[in-house]
Amino acid sequence: MIDKRVRDIAMALHGIRDGATVMVGGFGAVGQPDALIEGLIEQGARDLVIIANNAGSGHVGLARLMEAGRVRKIICSFPRSAGSVVFEDLFRAGRLELEIVPQGTLAERIRAAGAGIPAFYTPTGVGTKIAEGKETRRFGDKTYLLERWLPADVALIEAWRADRWGNCIYRGSGRNFNAVMATAAPLTVVQTCELAELGELDPECIVTPGIYVTRVVHVPQPVPAMADR
Amino acid sequence: MSEFQPLTRQQMAQRVARDIPEGWYCNLGIGIPTLVADYLPPDREIVLHSENGLLGMGPAPAPDAIDPWMINAGKQHVTLLKGASLFHHADSFAMIRGGHIDLCVLGAFEVAQNGDLANWATSAADAAPAVGGAMDLAVGARHIWVVTEHTTRDGAPKLVEHCTYPLTASGVVTRIYTNLAVIDVTPQGFEVVEIVPGLDFETLQNRTGARLRMLETTHG
Repeated sequence: MIDKRVRDIAMALHGIRDGATVMVGGFGAVGQPDALIEGLIEQGARDLVIIANNAGSGHVGLARLMEAGRVRKIICSFPRSAGSVVFEDLFRAGRLELEIVPQGTLAERIRAAGAGIPAFYTPTGVGTKIAEGKETRRFGDKTYLLERWLPADVALIEAWRADRWGNCIYRGSGRNFNAVMATAAPLTVVQTCELAELGELDPECIVTPGIYVTRVVHVPQPVPAMADR
Repeated sequence: MSEFQPLTRQQMAQRVARDIPEGWYCNLGIGIPTLVADYLPPDREIVLHSENGLLGMGPAPAPDAIDPWMINAGKQHVTLLKGASLFHHADSFAMIRGGHIDLCVLGAFEVAQNGDLANWATSAADAAPAVGGAMDLAVGARHIWVVTEHTTRDGAPKLVEHCTYPLTASGVVTRIYTNLAVIDVTPQGFEVVEIVPGLDFETLQNRTGARLRMLETTHG
């Protein structure tokens, strides 16, 4: 019997090593796997490379992980926001490496990793700072930029409902990076608001098929923070 | 110096909204572009896209009807209209890059007379830049309109010969709505389509960092 459900957060995060590259789903507070991020702080892995759209806010979640000195590098599209004080302090002090990636290129690099495509050409960033040091090529009458896939060791995901095979659906704008990141790491850990019985999720509507998912942990009813900007 | 009233942010947004045709799929950037949603003509079906995976975005919810899972790219709470759809980030940007979005309205630090856009970083040495989806939108949407104040707070022109700030994309802007004028970006440079009442061409030219051409039918 396939049963990807694990009892607690510690089991969900078991085996994440120092130096790991960890994708964190979510866009702002929506779809962010808060319990897994908090669990990663407890778990203790260091020297992490984090891939996420934002760089945390306030002194909780990702920001707290960075504040604890556990993150070596962050790869994201929009690190700066009203509450991103921890990121800005660490970055200014030279204690955090930053790779800035246009949001669509970030999503596509992750998608490519999950789809087994090592690189692709995109029009985004041509003629800008983002293009520095990268190959370009002309197709037709336009120039495109070669971007490489972005695989990770671990993906931390928040779903709305998941079953024991790891099939997931999301809620509202919560699928954002989650559904893409779920495909791009050998260890994909899902924090789900609700557990569904096998067969309960409509196959026509499953967003993340269970094949991508390694572990499922039930974290009932977390509501995205309202004040996140 | 002529007597004239520059448009407010709301009036600028209203002016942009008037020009969006029925049936267009549109992405509105942060700032004045977001306000455009408040002025879309009710007799036209215009579908709003948000980078974080929404098509058919509706207005802000009443304070007691907020769905905490429903936000837009500016991280404000929104609603969905009938016919709306939800999708993930890679699909959302495939839509953008693939040329399926008819219009993106963006803010700008500078627009050059060849359509170059600078709207993500204010200097090449910016400590911690944040690009978000601006570069993808700027190259992907079929039309790029900029809505911005005509000059900076210090009075420096934002419409220029060449951008001095880091580029978001090259040669993409086709139309600019400012608090003083509506200006097309053409192969011949900036072409004035409309000027706020009471403002003369001379004064507008003095506040612009590149040569303006007057469209024959322009009234001001």
